[in-house]
Amino acid sequence: MSVLLILILASLGVALLFLAGFIWAVRSGQFEDTSTPSLRVLADDPPPAGVASNTRPPNAKSS
Amino acid sequence: MDRVAFQPRPTESAAAKVNCFHCGLPCVEQLVEKDGKAFCCDGCRLVHDILLESNLGQFYNLNEHPGIRPPGAAQGEQFAYLDEPPTQAKLLDFTDGISSRVTIQIPSIHCVACVWLLENLFRLHPAIGDSRVNFARREVSIRFATQKLKLSELVALLASIGYTPHLTLDELDRPRTRKPFDRQKLQIGLAGFAFANIMLFSIPVYLGLDALSGPMLQKLFGYLSLALTVPVLLYSAADYWKSARWSLQQRTLTLDIPIALGLAALFAQSTYEIVSGQGEGYLDSLVGLVFFLLCGRWFQQKTHDRLTFDRDYRSFFPLAVLRRSTAGDTPVTLAHIQVGDRLLLRHGELIPADARLVQGKAQIDYSFVTGESKPVPRSPGDHLYAGGRHTGGLIEVEVLKPVSQSYLTSLWDHSAFRKQRDDPINTLTQRYGRRFTRLVITIALGSALYWSLTSSLGRGVSVMVAVLIVACPCALALAAPFSFGTAQRWLARRNIFVKSALVLERLARVHTVVLDKTGTLTGSAAGKPLFEGSPLTPEERAMVSSLAQASTHPLSRQIHTELAEATPPLAPTLSHFKEIPGSGLEATVGSRVLRLGSLSWLRQLGIAIPDPSAHPGSTVGLAIDQTFRGAFHLGNTLRPAVAQLLDALGNRYPLALLSGDQSHDHDAFRTLFGPKADLRFNQSPLQKLEYIQHRQATGQTVLMVGDGLNDAGAFQQSDVGVAVVERIGAFSPASDVILDAAQVPALADLLRFARRTIWVVRLSLGLSALYNVVGLSIAAAGLLSPLICAILMPLSSISVVLFATSATSLAFQRFGLTPAR
Repeated sequence: MSVLLILILASLGVALLFLAGFIWAVRSGQFEDTSTPSLRVLADDPPPAGVASNTRPPNAKSS
Repeated sequence: MDRVAFQPRPTESAAAKVNCFHCGLPCVEQLVEKDGKAFCCDGCRLVHDILLESNLGQFYNLNEHPGIRPPGAAQGEQFAYLDEPPTQAKLLDFTDGISSRVTIQIPSIHCVACVWLLENLFRLHPAIGDSRVNFARREVSIRFATQKLKLSELVALLASIGYTPHLTLDELDRPRTRKPFDRQKLQIGLAGFAFANIMLFSIPVYLGLDALSGPMLQKLFGYLSLALTVPVLLYSAADYWKSARWSLQQRTLTLDIPIALGLAALFAQSTYEIVSGQGEGYLDSLVGLVFFLLCGRWFQQKTHDRLTFDRDYRSFFPLAVLRRSTAGDTPVTLAHIQVGDRLLLRHGELIPADARLVQGKAQIDYSFVTGESKPVPRSPGDHLYAGGRHTGGLIEVEVLKPVSQSYLTSLWDHSAFRKQRDDPINTLTQRYGRRFTRLVITIALGSALYWSLTSSLGRGVSVMVAVLIVACPCALALAAPFSFGTAQRWLARRNIFVKSALVLERLARVHTVVLDKTGTLTGSAAGKPLFEGSPLTPEERAMVSSLAQASTHPLSRQIHTELAEATPPLAPTLSHFKEIPGSGLEATVGSRVLRLGSLSWLRQLGIAIPDPSAHPGSTVGLAIDQTFRGAFHLGNTLRPAVAQLLDALGNRYPLALLSGDQSHDHDAFRTLFGPKADLRFNQSPLQKLEYIQHRQATGQTVLMVGDGLNDAGAFQQSDVGVAVVERIGAFSPASDVILDAAQVPALADLLRFARRTIWVVRLSLGLSALYNVVGLSIAAAGLLSPLICAILMPLSSISVVLFATSATSLAFQRFGLTPAR
């Protein structure tokens, strides 16, 4: 029985961690703007500094 | 880049097909070439160079022609007023003397590339720190080093790359600090968390697992559930306690009273059962109820980030104007304008206060203020009203009245602007709720009395608690939010934006429809110009088209659009282009001289013109090489399908037309509106408001459809105000509904849909009442157990939610409102 008790308290503890994470996310304003991040990811990283070029780099695999 | 050498120079006919590399507009007036790229003007080329130099060339890879044509040379001095300490204190979000953060609205943000560029501003200027774009709000928030970069310089920098900030008078009053976090989301999150965990603790109990594990575990589950419930009741359900107390103090019955009673009864009964070890309580139902109720509230509060429903004249007026003084011409904020000041106004600027024209020839476009569709010429000494837009060369005016006391702005002092319009007490749900509450309390007290007399007092109390638990109007409180929320979402997809659910209810009760004319039934871009005269050859059409394109005057735009549709795109290059404000356009193409303008101007130039036929609206004459070729008739053109709309509306509602315009179109509108409609012309903004008041005095619910500032009073007075906008996000005065101009023909469908939505709400209320009857009979039979409660509660809530959303969606599709462009 004590095993069950530990498991229940552990699951509740994990759930509380997620709740804390949610509260932190709301408080830090992560839910305020939900449309811009979806656009932001579309922009590639800019070309390396010093290369004044507006041509897209060849689609070579880069690590 | 070698390619450039081999590329043939664009010939005159090929030039038409060249679009600017930066902004994508066709290169008509000018063709600037650099590195094999074509630009429509030096401004665009300059922006392109700046971006490449700052290593921001990526901008052009993100979108095709992402740029915005810069409005012209922007200088720091133009925005110098932004550096005044009082203005700055109101504009900055934060400052510590070293670095500051400012949030500015930039309406021209339109694509991924804009977001990327504005978030990489730090590459343009070393004093700029991080910047973040909020795309939905068209806002950018920038941190910058105050000592190295002034706010005015920052704004000028943005303007120089085409992102001119939208600085209007209301910016000064906008609250700078936002709510630190969203309380409602936290409430829902907490309730959802507790709901899921209590369910987890309840399932073993319902399945009888406690027989295996013994009473110890059952007790643990009980106390854990109780511990999870307390914060939900105290924090998540806080608004229900508050509003129940409020309605008791106001001595009004609202739906929140049975909700609060039900919550309290559930909690008391469950605590008693758990502590005394008699049972497991109803805590899962209790927390689930709070969770569903909060979700319903959240769903109903659909907000449209780009739209503001409560704007007044201050968000139409600029933040500053140019003042002429002995020390020179300096920009000042409107707040500092005093009577007697001399102001300088350029082409396209707004007259900020009632004034007298001192110098220059003005053409004032009052269409947004008075509804008068034709620009009026004014000469020195004439009186100018605030809100008119000046077109033409530089003028100088003398201020006669302070900004807040001008002809137009004094409208906002009317008592209509102080009354509370949204009455949350008188909604459908609340009216139904009042009857429901009375019934529930009667049944609860009645059964308690009956059982106390026939059995024992304890039995009476427990039956009363059971009745209160079962009668908790969860499904009832969900019916309206989900119907209205769904309706609002569907309508928003069709570019019809409704301020709140209450508006839909009022829409369904509309009795009289009042319409504005200019900008509402007629549109500047809606009608096709009619050409009268000897037919033009395709080359001539192309020439006239590119001449008209070179001007920003609304009439020229209409002519260009009309001609461009019918002709192949071979715009010839213009030379010696001249725009004479208030008169017309002149240019040479090859060896031919083209003139497009007012008939009197053409006559002055010695061109013989036959007597024009009588035609309402504006007339633009065309002369090629001193020969009059004909005239374009434009203006006052009806939007498409207005006749059908008025027909559909007229069948059901009394109609009225309120126009600020002259009555020269009276006969045409009489035929459109039918013999019974009230047609009024020459109406001032205040007269419009009073007309609505007069109709309301006879007990009618009035819908006002309009567009401009002159309708602001009527919107405020009417039961529902519908503002028609040509562009979503453009300025519209405070209203309840914002409607895309293309959706004007859908007005009749909108009203039908609102009525149908109310129907759906009524049906949903009936459905939830059915559940209450079932629940009450179970409770009365003494069969109510936590398990039945745990099944019945979510079942009723979810089925009502499903019914409300799907029936509303179905109704929407049945009515098939015209799809958005």
